[in-house]
Amino acid sequence: MNNHTQATIDKVRALHPEAIESVVTFRDEITLVLVATYLVDVCNTLRLDPELGYSLLVDIAAVDHYPNEPRFSLSYIVHALEKNSRLRLRVNLSGKSPEVSSVTECWKSAEWPEREAFDMMGIKFVGHPDLRRILMPADWDGHPLRKDYPLGYEEVQFSFNWKEIDSKKDYAKE
Amino acid sequence: MGQVREIETTVDELKTLFSDRAQTGETMVLNLGPQHPSTHGVLRLILELDGEEVVRCVPDVGFLHTGIEKNMEAKTYLKALVMTDRMDYLNNLGNNLTYCLAIEKLCNIEVPKRAQVIRVICAELQRIASHLVWLGTSAMDLNASSVLIYCFRDRENLLDIFEMIGGQRMMTSYIRPGGVWRDVPAEFVPTVNRFLDYLPDKLADYERMLTHNPLFMRRTIDIGIIDPSDALERGMTGSSLRGSGINYDIRRAMPYSGYDEYDFDVPLEDGCDVYARYRVRMREFHESIRIIRQALDKLEPGPVITDDRKYSPPPRSELGNSMEAVIHHFKYWTEGFSAPEGEVYVATESPRGELGCCLVGDGSPKPGRVHFRTPSFHNLQSLSFMSEGYLVADLVAMIGSIDIVLGDVDR
Repeated sequence: MNNHTQATIDKVRALHPEAIESVVTFRDEITLVLVATYLVDVCNTLRLDPELGYSLLVDIAAVDHYPNEPRFSLSYIVHALEKNSRLRLRVNLSGKSPEVSSVTECWKSAEWPEREAFDMMGIKFVGHPDLRRILMPADWDGHPLRKDYPLGYEEVQFSFNWKEIDSKKDYAKE
Repeated sequence: MGQVREIETTVDELKTLFSDRAQTGETMVLNLGPQHPSTHGVLRLILELDGEEVVRCVPDVGFLHTGIEKNMEAKTYLKALVMTDRMDYLNNLGNNLTYCLAIEKLCNIEVPKRAQVIRVICAELQRIASHLVWLGTSAMDLNASSVLIYCFRDRENLLDIFEMIGGQRMMTSYIRPGGVWRDVPAEFVPTVNRFLDYLPDKLADYERMLTHNPLFMRRTIDIGIIDPSDALERGMTGSSLRGSGINYDIRRAMPYSGYDEYDFDVPLEDGCDVYARYRVRMREFHESIRIIRQALDKLEPGPVITDDRKYSPPPRSELGNSMEAVIHHFKYWTEGFSAPEGEVYVATESPRGELGCCLVGDGSPKPGRVHFRTPSFHNLQSLSFMSEGYLVADLVAMIGSIDIVLGDVDR
């Protein structure tokens, strides 16, 4: 853990004492697991505090841990350019109604990644200016990257199951 | 899924994205693309125009979405590698590299020195190939069509080199977890050297055709201005960000594959316009050439893939006389290897910007989640901000200048 990351954690702890659930280190990457309600406050601190200067939101990755609960996690990767220091913020969301505040007010670049997470995982970002599907067609059903969403493929017909699969196909039959 | 359905929108509701003047017919809403040569792929832009001036530009992406991330979750780590080639189809080896670096970080795999040097050579050759396509296509958008033909001629040499090492011109899947597929052939080094001697003269020709060409300058200078703070705010990275004067290059900031051992400059321009981004990329050609020359000197004999048999196949010669090798061979190609539980994020500098791979292992031989942070997706976001108030013809120059690949945007 470099000095800047330590300073960041200290500062966040001082300003938002209840925000950090835990600090996880895996393969030299530091992750702050946050309480979801504090996400925007912490992001504002990271972005606006002149000593911290996390001016670039690199990425938002949504992960589905189905069937475990909390089902979804969102990883925000933020980068402080001057200190060349990187941090991951993670919030865990329940599977029932995955909902979290949008960070578009902190970084405008969050707009599309949040739309992508909404499109692919069905996570609702409260306060997002334009939360529409981005990659899938507007009238698509379901959220494709969820683990319970089938991959979708044609079942292979063999002699032993030919009729069974044939009966499910919707082409005209004699 | 029921809860989120209510905020889904239909196409009619896109109307709210435009100003009130569009409702009264004072401004015109025009569709550019998705099939249009100047959009560099299948990009649809919905433009609100006041005469020829862009009032609002709403990019509509997703036409090339092929579900690569979903497909990768259904394959083993090794088999998912071939999907990455097809993402950003001008940076195939760079995509391989990013994904392999993520696997190596997650599984703690050591990569031999020679493999790292070969990877750097591949990544930089790929950068030159990608920049050649960018130069040709973006110059053609501004009516300099001869540059396109010349650039594709030069890129052909690079595709021949990729075919020599990987057996394929584009979808090589040459870089594998733990190293590279096989050693480079004997004629590789002389061929690359010949290309490096050949290219600078040609680049000088293209600079003569464009850099001081008054037509080109009038089409690019002071067009598509984006301030450094705005560029960061909108998530721009790569050459486009460096055209706004911000020194951020992953090869420098977070070196991978031994990039910290190479001596190169990060070109910066502070014009913040299309011309500045053009200048940055033109200088990056020369930096790539410098890096490749140094890498060729570092190329010393040695293994090209890790000898940890869990993560690399045993050599063919061992299969005849070692039972253990046969077992490893069989396990590696069928079940694959398992990665520990955990989440890693690895970033590399692709020709377009920061290409990141977020890989989540769940203890099984298949990735729990693969997410790519693709530079084109994030750079394209800034287009609507950048284009407001400019003419439609300038918009075409801006699309060229942020160098998007739609396969990279949509995945």
